[in-house]
Amino acid sequence: MAQVKEYIGKVKPDWCPGCGDFAVLNALQRALAELDIAPHNALVVSGIGCSSNLPGFINTYGFHSLHGRSLPVASGAKLCNTDLTVIATGGDGDGYGIGAGHFIHTCRRNVNMTYIVMDNQIYGLTTGQASPTTEKDTRTKSTPEGSIEIALNPIALALTCGATYVARGFSGDNLHLAQMMKGAIEHRGFALVDIFSPCVTYNKQNTYPWFRERVYKLEDEKHDSSDYRLALEKSLEWGNRIPLGLFYKVDRSTYEDDELALRGGVSLAKLPVQRNDLASLMEDFI
Amino acid sequence: MTQTVTDLTVWIAGAAGDGIASAGESFAKACSRSGYHVFAYNSYQSVIRGGHVCMHIRIGQQKVYTHGDTCDYLIALNQESITRYGKRVTPGGVVLYNSEKFKATQDQVGQGVQLIGLPVMELVGNQLMQNTALMGALMQVLGIDPAAIRELIEERFKKKGDAVIKMNLDAFDKSGEYAKTKAKPGQIRIGKGDGKRRPLAGGNPLIAFGAVAAGCRFYSAYPMTPASSILHWLVKYGPKNGVLVKQCEDEIAAMNMAIGAGHVGVRAMTGTAGGGFALMTEAIGMAGMTETPVVIVEVQRGGPSTGLPTKTEQADLFQVFGASQGEFPKAIFVPRTLQECYDTAVEAFNLAEKYQIPVLIMSDLYLSERLETFDGVNIDKVPIDRGQLLTQVNGSYRRFLDTPTGVSPRALPGTPGAVYTTATDEHDQDGIVISDVFTNPAIRVKMMEKRMRKMQYLAKDIAPPVLEGPADADLTLVSWGSTYQVLLETMNALNKEGFKVNVLCLRTVWPFPAPEVKAILSKAKLTLTVEANYTGQIAKFIRMETCVDLPHHLRKYDGEPFEPKQVIDYARKFLKNKPAGPTVASVMSDEGIPADFSPIQNPAMGAEVARQH
Repeated sequence: MAQVKEYIGKVKPDWCPGCGDFAVLNALQRALAELDIAPHNALVVSGIGCSSNLPGFINTYGFHSLHGRSLPVASGAKLCNTDLTVIATGGDGDGYGIGAGHFIHTCRRNVNMTYIVMDNQIYGLTTGQASPTTEKDTRTKSTPEGSIEIALNPIALALTCGATYVARGFSGDNLHLAQMMKGAIEHRGFALVDIFSPCVTYNKQNTYPWFRERVYKLEDEKHDSSDYRLALEKSLEWGNRIPLGLFYKVDRSTYEDDELALRGGVSLAKLPVQRNDLASLMEDFI
Repeated sequence: MTQTVTDLTVWIAGAAGDGIASAGESFAKACSRSGYHVFAYNSYQSVIRGGHVCMHIRIGQQKVYTHGDTCDYLIALNQESITRYGKRVTPGGVVLYNSEKFKATQDQVGQGVQLIGLPVMELVGNQLMQNTALMGALMQVLGIDPAAIRELIEERFKKKGDAVIKMNLDAFDKSGEYAKTKAKPGQIRIGKGDGKRRPLAGGNPLIAFGAVAAGCRFYSAYPMTPASSILHWLVKYGPKNGVLVKQCEDEIAAMNMAIGAGHVGVRAMTGTAGGGFALMTEAIGMAGMTETPVVIVEVQRGGPSTGLPTKTEQADLFQVFGASQGEFPKAIFVPRTLQECYDTAVEAFNLAEKYQIPVLIMSDLYLSERLETFDGVNIDKVPIDRGQLLTQVNGSYRRFLDTPTGVSPRALPGTPGAVYTTATDEHDQDGIVISDVFTNPAIRVKMMEKRMRKMQYLAKDIAPPVLEGPADADLTLVSWGSTYQVLLETMNALNKEGFKVNVLCLRTVWPFPAPEVKAILSKAKLTLTVEANYTGQIAKFIRMETCVDLPHHLRKYDGEPFEPKQVIDYARKFLKNKPAGPTVASVMSDEGIPADFSPIQNPAMGAEVARQH
């Protein structure tokens, strides 16, 4: 097993002291170490936002892309180099707001990669506006009278869109979080780990204590993660009791399995650029 | 009296759903296999059924540069086609139609035009055979050997079995026989072809083929006319040739996926029309900032907004040039011919990797959806240049190392010992973001200059523009992209009349070949800029880059491509009158619909328009 320190990047995280994202970074480093994935074989792709700064702080290949676009960038990379472990990361605004369209389609596509969302229910980097997971009636900088829209449910959305591994973690429980991530990376298919990662600066409502009073682990209640309908039911649970853990996991053929061009486990990045098979294509123009 | 010509034109007109494109393609292919040069253009609308469609197929013994502007043979599949085009058929020409579907009378067509009504049901017993039957009669009156079209019928219905092939061949033969006995041969006949079987294609398949030839392994796109035929060609030929073709949820995903693919070292391309391109723009800047090689094809159609989805225009120059915020190195090519579509695709991939930049190819509906014969392309020794691509790294590695050319050696994810993060935020030579807490003006300036420095070297790799025709011409026709061939036809026609005309048509707009263009244009006695848009975009671009003002313009923005006669007539008049002040005129295609206005003609008004736009 590799050491966690091998995955520590050159740059010290610039998140606010107490930010939930520290625990996410730490759990990801732990998961990669436990799975013994060499730093040069992993590619972490993020969007834009506080949490999307993560690739800069981890010692793997990284692509800090555009706001909302981590999933298509990661998908393109994974489809072309199937030997890489590809992990997309970002926040709730990045993934469920501006990038929601990609999220839906990446779920149904089932590319073999992991998506880690640091969900703090607020836009942090832009100083505290309502996000897609901000609860109704919450006062934020952009909703001074309280948010009028209801919150999006990422777990239910992922389940109904076809994600094949759907889990939720909490920055207040680092070891559990690392287990969720490890399972996600090991899973063959598109895996979502939605993480309650409190924003200590701009979200005064969904705090560590707020979550600690409510969260429980599905594992502790003998949840059957192969039961789709049960997973859906659990995904709707919110309020006094909020479930953490693995909601659902299923084996379904991945995009790579079914893609003609990747038949036989080909990695496109390793194919030659110079071709010598163009004559028959030319013939078809005649 | 029969006249033998060197080229003639067949129009097939009717409603969408009448099978015009497939009948037209069969005819075009039969001719290209029979030793003729072919140029076909299908004028259609954005409907699946109904509307009005007219496919123009011009065939010649020598190279035909455009779809022409005459109609020698008309296959009319509905009454409207006769109403619209009957009077445009050349005297001596022929109108073919299904006499059981509608009536056509001699007064609906011009004098000397032969009307041939084919009783399809009576002849072949099945109205579904209508187009095959009409084709049989056409080949008969044209006097072209039907062997090639019979061969195509066999190929086309191969999957449906021998019975269907026989049914179609019978229909073809019976109607040919009917035309032979009941009608006169067409009076406009083309001389014999040279026997060569020429390839026939449009610009989109050739861009796609060029991409495959260049080793492209990933194409992502969202369906959008007129770029979709790149997707269709690649879906047909790509996967079995190791090319992954990904239809995405939108153009934003398509562009970002292509960048992800390019980032891991695969040659990747995306393609779209103007509207989809607008969605891609942010990510194009990302390719510039992260120095990721990627190729983007923008196939223009009539705008603005949804505009004219199935019509042509050259009005996206500033959108493509200005795509994405900030400044970054890039290249923009505007292929002018089918061969150039292929060659440009190859060149685009090489330059994208050599300079680690986005390379943009602009085409348009007219270039992409035409069917034209070409002499073949270079498939044996396709030049491949992957630039400074490292297969292994020894010692320290800086992804964005500042170098004299601005190009940093590139290690791909998966390479041991080179781990780095790339970022869309400004970053230093290691890829470490400097925008948040470490903002550093000196690093910013260094990195900006490093990236932009690539342009100096890129400019040296671009082939300079060429002035075609006599150097001491009295008139220089100026344009860009797909308008090229209509200008060549204009030049040839006018020079044959004794005028002296030459052509400057740009193939590269960025990096702009300013010294060469300036040298050519400052020697020109008189210029006429011809382009398919309202505001004169290439003229503006040339002025911006060279300070050369081009005062005379011929424009077209009705969605149909320039017809040679429109340009020839205008240029001839222009050469004779030599106007004193600036002029702007526009032309419009005659689709047999009365217009309640006149396009810009007035020179004084033209001058005003020239100033305003």
